[in-house]
Amino acid sequence: MSAKIRLDRARLLDLLRQMIRIRRFEAKCVELYQAQKIRGFLHLYDGEEAVSVGVLAVLRPEDWVVATYREHGQALARGIAMRALMAEMLGKRDGCCRGRGGSMHIFDAKTRFLGGNAIVGGGLPLAVGTALADKMQGRDALTCCFFGEGAVDEGEFHECLNLAELWRLPVLFVCENNLYAMGTPIAIAEAETDIAKKARCYRMPAEAVDGMDVVAVEAAAARAVEHIRSGAGPYFLECRTYRFRAHSMFDAQLYRTKEEVEAWRKRDPIELLARWMSENGLLHPNEREAMEAEIDREIADAVAFAEASPLEPLEELERFVLMDEVPQERLWGEGGAGA
Amino acid sequence: MSTAARTTYRECCRQAIRAALLADPRVFLMGEDVGRYGGCYAVSKGLLEEFGPERIRDTPLSESAFVGAGIGAAIAGMRPIVEIMTVNFSLLALDQILNNAATIPHMSGGQFAVPLVIRMATGGGRQLAAQHSHSLEGWYAHIPGLKILAPATLEDARYMLAPALLDPNPVIIFEHIMLYNMEGELDPSVTSVDIEKAAVRRHGRDVTLVTYGGSLWKTLEAAEALAQEGIEADVIDLRVLRPLDEATILDSVRKTRRAVIVDEGWCSGSLAAEIGMRIAEKAFFDLDAPLRRVCAREVPMPYAAHLEQAALPSSARIIATVRELLGRGG
Repeated sequence: MSAKIRLDRARLLDLLRQMIRIRRFEAKCVELYQAQKIRGFLHLYDGEEAVSVGVLAVLRPEDWVVATYREHGQALARGIAMRALMAEMLGKRDGCCRGRGGSMHIFDAKTRFLGGNAIVGGGLPLAVGTALADKMQGRDALTCCFFGEGAVDEGEFHECLNLAELWRLPVLFVCENNLYAMGTPIAIAEAETDIAKKARCYRMPAEAVDGMDVVAVEAAAARAVEHIRSGAGPYFLECRTYRFRAHSMFDAQLYRTKEEVEAWRKRDPIELLARWMSENGLLHPNEREAMEAEIDREIADAVAFAEASPLEPLEELERFVLMDEVPQERLWGEGGAGA
Repeated sequence: MSTAARTTYRECCRQAIRAALLADPRVFLMGEDVGRYGGCYAVSKGLLEEFGPERIRDTPLSESAFVGAGIGAAIAGMRPIVEIMTVNFSLLALDQILNNAATIPHMSGGQFAVPLVIRMATGGGRQLAAQHSHSLEGWYAHIPGLKILAPATLEDARYMLAPALLDPNPVIIFEHIMLYNMEGELDPSVTSVDIEKAAVRRHGRDVTLVTYGGSLWKTLEAAEALAQEGIEADVIDLRVLRPLDEATILDSVRKTRRAVIVDEGWCSGSLAAEIGMRIAEKAFFDLDAPLRRVCAREVPMPYAAHLEQAALPSSARIIATVRELLGRGG
């Protein structure tokens, strides 16, 4: 593979900063949840940050992103404004979905972020469709589709891998394998637990990567997009990762041991990178503290923005049920072909 | 002046698709056996040869994947026509239709519209039994965010597709299996139709018969027979099952003061139930008689011809119901 990624200090600092930004954003969300300002389900990405940060680093603005209900990391790494994201978490009018989506349904047309999908496996067919449209329109773009290993149990996984390879569509399938579909360990759900192997059955190039190592994830994603952008069809990445916290906010975690969680915490993607950078003189003393302070200022600003944002007026309740235009095409130009 | 040409409902569906493909390069047809086979009801016969495999796409038997792919492609700039062989198979794609197509525009705060058309066959009458014969369009008409069409005439079969493709919302078109072979003359004076209003297909003063799709012709046949007895019926062809054209229904009921709703769906929780309730809510004091329904009997559709016919609405049942309503015992 010839795909190379730049690993200079600035690049590494950016990867570190993005992961810390997601972690601290979500820590604030937990506070707001406890204060009952965020309600509903809140699925934390704590521990999995290297996957979205590493993969999305190699995407272009014209590419599509389809994610799951555990998508705060993808949303931030894709560049959705933190203010709009936080306002959505609070169900406010200035939220990216005007308070209609919430934590599980983040959408952003500007960055071609097509959800936030809270039906396991429900995003895969959409990703096949955006990729089909791009191919038919001759757009040089790909669709990056995230899903958990629980989606592998769903029929859509198999239908969509088959269709994407059959039609040679530009899809990057990214399986975030955190070992548990809510409380169901993969070993009691799948006869074959080697997920990348399943993708190969559809004649798709596939690899498994250490999902706690952001540099490894980015390198693998770079290889994947090189394959896809060459016109050779889809590519499958299994990122082996772990969520440090409950499935959603309330979860007794009876399905796994404290020792297992502790063992994985030793491979915290943020600490792995920070430690390696420090040991190699790439992270200077006090640099992380300064980074965190800056992130905290951004988060405080986002919270203040969200708190100050008005509620959507009740008269607007039924707005957007039926549309009177195709707004994404206005944004991108006729036919949606613009970047 | 052009003269009316003899044609079929099937041919009208095909010409509608062909015209759409010619009119807009973003339009393509996708579904099971739509290409090489020509469509399971032969609607798309010949289109693969004319438009090629890029625009006439045979799919694997993966309803959820190809319907969802239609949704994604519509969002990303195309105007897909997705064919699902029958409404019975659409249940395998119901998640995509409800949780994505109908929901994404609202859930995204109006950032994404889904300009998609899904066509499917519906209805019974060909002894295909319980997994190929049901009329589930009423379920789809339950869902906010969808538009539901039921062309019953040649003109609607020929011209409803164009406005459906221009609509920024997901539109589902239900074609009744018993209509594909229906022959007639396509009215040359009609070159377009709306997808908003119900049509009054026969005018009368005594009773309003509300129906749609395959049941329209049974209802018109019943109305003709009733006219021989001096009972004149307004026959409303709904055409659009969601959003309902309530005004046309209520105007008629206020005139005739009686209504019978004919619907091939099961009675319980049916579209007929919805229409009846709207009349009850908005025209109760205009009624001279209780509302009545002629629906499918509440059984999975049986195979044997006599059982199937007994389960489906029929002209005889419509006639009997109207006579009873008017106190003219048969």
